[in-house]
Amino acid sequence: MSNPDLLYSDVETDLRASVRDLLTDRCEPAALLARVESAEPYDAKLWRTLSAELGLAGLPVPEDLGGQGASVRETALVLEELGRSVAPVPFLGSAVLATAALLGADTAREPVAVLLRRLASGEAAGALAVPLSTAPGSAFPAAVAADADGRLTGTVRSVADGPAADVFVVPATGPDGPRLYAVEAAAASVSEPVPLDLTRRIADVTFTDADATLLAGANGAPAALERALLTGAGLLASEQLGVADWCLETTVAYVGGRYQFGRPVGSFQALKHRLADVWLELVAARAAARYAADALASGSDDAGVAVAVAQSYCSTVAVHAAEECVQLHGGIGMTWEHPAHLYLKRAKADQLALGTAGRHRTTLATLVDLPA
Amino acid sequence: MSESTVDAQELRERVAALLAEHDPATTDRLEFLRARFDAGLAWVHYPEGLGGLNAPRELQSVVDAELASAGAPDNNPRRIGIGLGMAAPTVLRYGSDELKHRFLRPLWTGEEVWCQLFSEPGAGSDLAALGTRAVRDGDEWVVNGQKVWTSSAHTARWAILVTRTDPDVPKHAGMTYFVCDMTHPGVEVRPLRQITGEAEFNEVFLTDVRIPDAHRLGAVGEGWRVAQTTLMNERVAIGGNAMPREGGMLGKVAATWRGRPELRTAELHDRLLTLWVETEAFRLAGMRLRQQLAVGSPGPEGSGMKLAFARLSQALSGLEVELLGDEGLRYDDWTMRRPELVDFTGREAGYRYLRAKGNSIEGGTSEILRNIIAERVLGLPSEPRADKDVAWKDLPR
Repeated sequence: MSNPDLLYSDVETDLRASVRDLLTDRCEPAALLARVESAEPYDAKLWRTLSAELGLAGLPVPEDLGGQGASVRETALVLEELGRSVAPVPFLGSAVLATAALLGADTAREPVAVLLRRLASGEAAGALAVPLSTAPGSAFPAAVAADADGRLTGTVRSVADGPAADVFVVPATGPDGPRLYAVEAAAASVSEPVPLDLTRRIADVTFTDADATLLAGANGAPAALERALLTGAGLLASEQLGVADWCLETTVAYVGGRYQFGRPVGSFQALKHRLADVWLELVAARAAARYAADALASGSDDAGVAVAVAQSYCSTVAVHAAEECVQLHGGIGMTWEHPAHLYLKRAKADQLALGTAGRHRTTLATLVDLPA
Repeated sequence: MSESTVDAQELRERVAALLAEHDPATTDRLEFLRARFDAGLAWVHYPEGLGGLNAPRELQSVVDAELASAGAPDNNPRRIGIGLGMAAPTVLRYGSDELKHRFLRPLWTGEEVWCQLFSEPGAGSDLAALGTRAVRDGDEWVVNGQKVWTSSAHTARWAILVTRTDPDVPKHAGMTYFVCDMTHPGVEVRPLRQITGEAEFNEVFLTDVRIPDAHRLGAVGEGWRVAQTTLMNERVAIGGNAMPREGGMLGKVAATWRGRPELRTAELHDRLLTLWVETEAFRLAGMRLRQQLAVGSPGPEGSGMKLAFARLSQALSGLEVELLGDEGLRYDDWTMRRPELVDFTGREAGYRYLRAKGNSIEGGTSEILRNIIAERVLGLPSEPRADKDVAWKDLPR
């Protein structure tokens, strides 16, 4: 933690502007509300633009593996903007979780490199076949078994972005211990439960004697999975920051223009003080999220603490901001037609994703020597 | 003020020259501090001749680090915080050349302590309602009134003072700002005992105190604007310092937690960790704020740091009293004292808990700070102001 850079570089600021412009144009709330109840809850065209055309799915992937050779700092920034728009694209599942698992495996192995290229180029969307609620530091999952021939059997519930995935990265337990495999979606049975979060879908994925390609053996699979979970938890803080940022901005605009008792309701201290508190939480959330992204990008020894702090803090802030957004909008905030509920649902689901705040605090207790 | 060309390398050379001429091991402390000031190494962003070199403010840390490693004495900045953090920037911005040269050097070396005569019994959050009267008499002003919450008044040589000079105009328009001589016989200082038992603050009674017009800062009637300079600097001073991880109040509680396993409960554990996370997040926010300042693009984040500091200090110190169980029922000492230095993290947990209650009141209450954030950062409409166009003398009180 010697010299973390908590600011946004000029390159990152430019990247933010282009992503925000695109999302303002292509992901406006009314269309999004219509989409979430349609047969195509994911926006495949928007995803193609983000991944294949703009190259944003491969930001942290080295150029010789088909990526942009940037870092997860830039990935975090894209997540912030996607969070601000609750954009229905499989970025977390593919460009964050599946990609981080592959980067955590031996990229010199042909199947790993091939799959990384597919994901980085946007040719395919990936998903990491673990429940979205899985926290970093969890035991290697036993839900999927690999037989001696490398065929997979088992069910994984609540896989983030599973419904949009072309390929799954699957932690499985074989006769010789933990393994990481790739399974094409066509070789799996994918069912979609009704999700709390309407703009990030989950899938229950069942493998029945499924064809699979080995990505990592017992030596590499646990580390690859842990890297994916730690990266995901740390970067999700930036998405939560984006969610909270939209909620604050939208609520401030609303209370400034809504008149009751002959005054804008935003002139009442009871409301102003609550919004000032949300703003203050956002100031700290931004610093914590930036620090986690920077620590993950630089491979800092402090990354574990940085992620635990960022995820436990930012998940709480996002839920608070979304709840205040609904409350301070009054009646309109409770309607389906106003997009606030999409943000509340995302914030609440994100609170469970990749470890609850309490789970991250428990991790932190060990890391900073404050035992129970 | 000319553009600076001073860089870190040149500062190091100047520090080396100072140390060569004034060996800290053999030089009298005050003599060293005066030499440091005259070498422009006191506050490098100040003008030349006034303790600085017109250098970028962030290069001060280079000078401080070099001098500290050479074992040089410092000016004990905590003892003279009001002078350094509030009086000096105001004198620099609004004082005549004569006043700047008269006041800044002994202020910085600590030879002359400063205090702040702002708040009054009837003017706290609404500082602009203050009623201490200053009436012109030839080349002097005659001041009568009462000030309160004045730390260091009993050791101060000078005070920054805001007065009412025109009661017939609305409150913000009729104020004038002065430097007041605390040794004038009309100045009476009485300790103000607070809930901790000690009296780190005072009440100051001003009776026919005469102040030369040359000690006025800013124009007659411009006192409110001048006071804003002081108050902005106060909030930076309270919330803006670099802090190591687990510094301050958190470090106290964490040390107790680690050293006293028998006191631990599951409920206290989760509260401690939650506060650890929040404290670390705001520590990082402070770091980010300083990074913004260093690249010359300060964000509005500074307005919130004091608010966060107050809340966390109160929560952490309250938690520590609970953690201590039976010992939390005891207090170290209620004796009335007048400490020269205040340490928010000093003494024992009970003291820290009680002293932290002041953190959300002093230097702008947390409620006023929330108003400032809501109106100036978020751009929300202001509260209706009943006193806006009313002459000060006609305000209800």
